[in-house]
Amino acid sequence: MNKVVKDPVAALEGIQDGMTLMVGGFGLCGIPENAIAQLVLMGTKNLTCISNNAGVDDFGLGLLLQAKQVKKMVSSYVGENDEFERQMLSGELEVELIPQGSLAERCRAGGAGIPAFFTPAGYGTEVADGKEVRVFNGKPHILENALTADFAIVKAWKGDTEGNLIYKATARNFNPMMAMAGKITIAEVEELVPAGTLDPNQIHTPGIFIQRIFQGEKFEKRIEQRTVRTKE
Amino acid sequence: MALDKTGIAKRIAQELQDGWYVNLGIGIPTLVANYIPEGIEVEFQSENGILGMGPFPFEGEEDPDLINAGKQTITARNGASFFDSALSFAMIRGQHVQLTVLGAMEVSQNGDIANWKIPGKMVKGMGGAMDLVASAENIIVAMMHSNKAGESKILKACTLPLTGVGCVKKVVTELAVLEIKEGKFHLIERAPGVSIEEIISKTEGDLVVPEFVPEMKL
Repeated sequence: MNKVVKDPVAALEGIQDGMTLMVGGFGLCGIPENAIAQLVLMGTKNLTCISNNAGVDDFGLGLLLQAKQVKKMVSSYVGENDEFERQMLSGELEVELIPQGSLAERCRAGGAGIPAFFTPAGYGTEVADGKEVRVFNGKPHILENALTADFAIVKAWKGDTEGNLIYKATARNFNPMMAMAGKITIAEVEELVPAGTLDPNQIHTPGIFIQRIFQGEKFEKRIEQRTVRTKE
Repeated sequence: MALDKTGIAKRIAQELQDGWYVNLGIGIPTLVANYIPEGIEVEFQSENGILGMGPFPFEGEEDPDLINAGKQTITARNGASFFDSALSFAMIRGQHVQLTVLGAMEVSQNGDIANWKIPGKMVKGMGGAMDLVASAENIIVAMMHSNKAGESKILKACTLPLTGVGCVKKVVTELAVLEIKEGKFHLIERAPGVSIEEIISKTEGDLVVPEFVPEMKL
């Protein structure tokens, strides 16, 4: 089952105004850079983006915010982006903040056919407003619904022509769950290899979750907080 | 004398026990990793997907694919593992992580914590903090006793939007170690040279002061 498309243009075909997208990554780590650049070129508007963060002003999903392509962000932490904060405080941008573990599990649930689940996270806070509360083992939990998306766009280190994916280090983060939760999932990889090249024992995301895969042309992999120590 | 951030981190590090898995939040909690007591082995978990987090890399050896939850470049120790965000929070929610250390804007005497939002001024989001405080059995808050205006952050009731309710058991500030029990703060230790009177005057919440309050040993 060959899922390879030649470039981001072909990969993102069918994404339209008003759609809901999941975009993998944590901060700028493990984001589909090439697909995001193509989304900016396409100029698609009124998008709902489900992504743990919103990039920085001039990179990652920040580029879509700059171009006013996003109607609503669904995230857990958005602290590194001035344009985001401006649009949010002025009311131009709708924002739903979700505890990080609930966001991850809601994506996983969406891909796994679990419509909702109970979690203690957020009980007694404004996150629980309007949500069903139930006590298990003496502890209150809130009901969280699964999330799905019209398109999920994920980034992996290596992928094969069948769509099997391997991620590198902490660039894995939200990518595997989002890959499961997209009606159509697009994988952008650093290295695309023929089926049979990757060790089946080492696959993180099986190809069944991937509909389209392409090799990114270049990866800037910008570092958000460069922290180092000096050799003594 | 009141402690600096390093002092707070050193005091919290004394709480570490051999074999624990520990999640450190951003800011002062991150510094705790520098003061692990001798003879003790702990593993640090960062919720973006690593167990066995090591120190910052040497200059020139940074890997953009290897960061912590504060988005800082890090290294992986021997025996480290990587995983996705759902599994990471399964570790946290499932109470496989023994200790969570995080910062706060406010803490109240029933153990409520606020650290993610100042209405109208600052909304950065809760990140993983709500999941962490809702599930961790052992939470230590590292914070300053008062804000920049000199107002106490150790309160009867939090004024800011909450991150979690009734979850904090211990607070370490530049002045004192406090335990939260039966709806009150209990003064356990004071910073070297800090008077009980100063701690009382800077604590808005109800504070139980025993007859003898030892100084912290750092």
